[in-house]
Amino acid sequence: MTGENTRVLVVDDEEIVRESLSGWLHEDGFQVSTAADGRIAVEKMKGERWNVMLVDLKMPGMDGLQVLEEARKLQPEAAVIMMTAYATVDTAVTAMKLGAFDYLVKPFDPEELSLLMQKVVAQQSLVRENAVLRMALKKEHRFRDLVSKSAAMQRVFELAQVAARSNSTILVLGESGSGKEVLARTIHEESQRAEGPFVAMSCAALTETLLESELFGHEKGSFTGANARRKGKFESAAGGTLFLDEIGDISPKLQLDLLRVLEERKFQRVGGNDPIDVDVRIIAATNKDLKKAVADGSFREDLFYRLNVIPVTLPPLRERKEDIPLLVEHFLDRLEAEMKKRVKVSPEAMASLLAHDWPGNVRELRNVLERGAVVTQGDVIKPSDLGLAPAPARAPGSNAPGEPVSLDEVEKRHISDVLAHTAGNVSHAARLLGIDRVTLYNKIRKYQLRRDGEDADPVAG
Amino acid sequence: MEATHLWWIGEKEPGARALEHVRQHLERALGAPVRIWDDPGRPPDAYDHRRKQWSTAKILAWLGTVGPPGKVLAVTDQDLFIPILTFVFGEAQLNGRAAVVSAARLGEPGLPDPRVALERLAKESVHELGHCFGLVHCDSPGCVMGRSSSARDVDKKRGEFCSRCRDRVVRSGGESQ
Repeated sequence: MTGENTRVLVVDDEEIVRESLSGWLHEDGFQVSTAADGRIAVEKMKGERWNVMLVDLKMPGMDGLQVLEEARKLQPEAAVIMMTAYATVDTAVTAMKLGAFDYLVKPFDPEELSLLMQKVVAQQSLVRENAVLRMALKKEHRFRDLVSKSAAMQRVFELAQVAARSNSTILVLGESGSGKEVLARTIHEESQRAEGPFVAMSCAALTETLLESELFGHEKGSFTGANARRKGKFESAAGGTLFLDEIGDISPKLQLDLLRVLEERKFQRVGGNDPIDVDVRIIAATNKDLKKAVADGSFREDLFYRLNVIPVTLPPLRERKEDIPLLVEHFLDRLEAEMKKRVKVSPEAMASLLAHDWPGNVRELRNVLERGAVVTQGDVIKPSDLGLAPAPARAPGSNAPGEPVSLDEVEKRHISDVLAHTAGNVSHAARLLGIDRVTLYNKIRKYQLRRDGEDADPVAG
Repeated sequence: MEATHLWWIGEKEPGARALEHVRQHLERALGAPVRIWDDPGRPPDAYDHRRKQWSTAKILAWLGTVGPPGKVLAVTDQDLFIPILTFVFGEAQLNGRAAVVSAARLGEPGLPDPRVALERLAKESVHELGHCFGLVHCDSPGCVMGRSSSARDVDKKRGEFCSRCRDRVVRSGGESQ
């Protein structure tokens, strides 16, 4: 056995034990360091990584069990072996319960120590192998929810990977349903902020004052109904990523507020005076043409440049139809896991999928497949299961001139249009309609609408 | 290059032939001259009355002050210990001058052939001196620098260095070039 790649920390208050044990381990090629008490050991755990720690149970001040507890928190993958001069079952059991790898009674039998170190080297090699495999798996699944073989999307992945490594603001552009939030979440997971929170916020769904309070939080009594101090999304996302969807829809006042936060990296809660430091990476997204909005004066130019540090544009699905079979396979795998049902798509149905224009993009495709999997009688989705028949062309909400319609008909058509606009996203549609999801579901049932908007014309954007 | 010395510091008188056997074995393995250092001196305070064993740390320190020039391997029939282990076959200063090895646990009772214990002593002598030449324990099958925690482990080893360990001994000046 050689322990060339194994870093060992010997923690014991007796110098002679530290010297003699580190000498013995050094002969086996281990990289050994020592600590004379628990406090020093904890400091060493904060500064360096250890594979194995040999810790004396009885030490003045911080004892071995306390060191073990700290080790579990600071370096959970390290193997901790307790050393004791008192072979009490109680202490050994306590140590094992706290996560010790094993324990040894001093003085150790050489063969016992040797076998234990062989065991620990084998275990640590498995830990390392596991870490390497996990990393490889992560790499394999990188941008796992963004399945694509198209050249345009590959460029997006490459840019996103570079962007993930920086701390800069990212602006994700793309049509509704093209996967902007999925991309933002993946960038977060690949970034150094991955351990921090990912907080997503849609800026279109709320009124100006509500959005202001949602973003920056509020102090108690700052407005009617503010019964308690509340943290906003900027605070909730501290140390992580704040995803601001539909940024093109925010009011001029909020544009100015957001610009100040980006410039000063500080903000105040609504009704508060204390500046709070901002530690978030912002990923903004929109399906609007922000340059056009800047040109017509509806979006601040200075804010646009603050947000547009790294722009990433997701191409619409109709421009990368070669991805459709791949995406179908991906979503059918997902559906199998969720519905415990394996279905296939018939060649005719695949032809329909390839012919469709996908105004709701990938989200619409997912919803169509979900519907197909539910509706199909067998295990093959046929064209009729998809419900993709083109609807008669008409302007949303309109009717033939001179034909009066009932209020129900107007409501049905409007809901249908909004669902088409959100590509079947019921939560989003409910927010736009100003009703709750349950009410919307009831109306969908009442009017026998499809979630992706029956009778609706394709609406891009 | 200074010769390596072999020094009997045990209690009983060693057989001259036994010591000569170890010396020749060392010369072959190291490829360098090894001489017997005949001196009646014994480590004065290395015996631990509580453990009834001899402290290797104290023996090595003593060898460093009174021993012959160059590297020195002390051989004893007394049981050795380091504080954290119940016993050791030997100990050495890594890249240093002094090493000690004991025959006390190499010839267990009932061993049919006394030559087996002598072979074990020769192997462990090469092993400890290997540490003085900067070698750490080696994983190569049969290499004398493999870790031995029991007499059975010693029997599994050959009495020689593997090619990699031999190269390192040569580089650190152990073998005549």
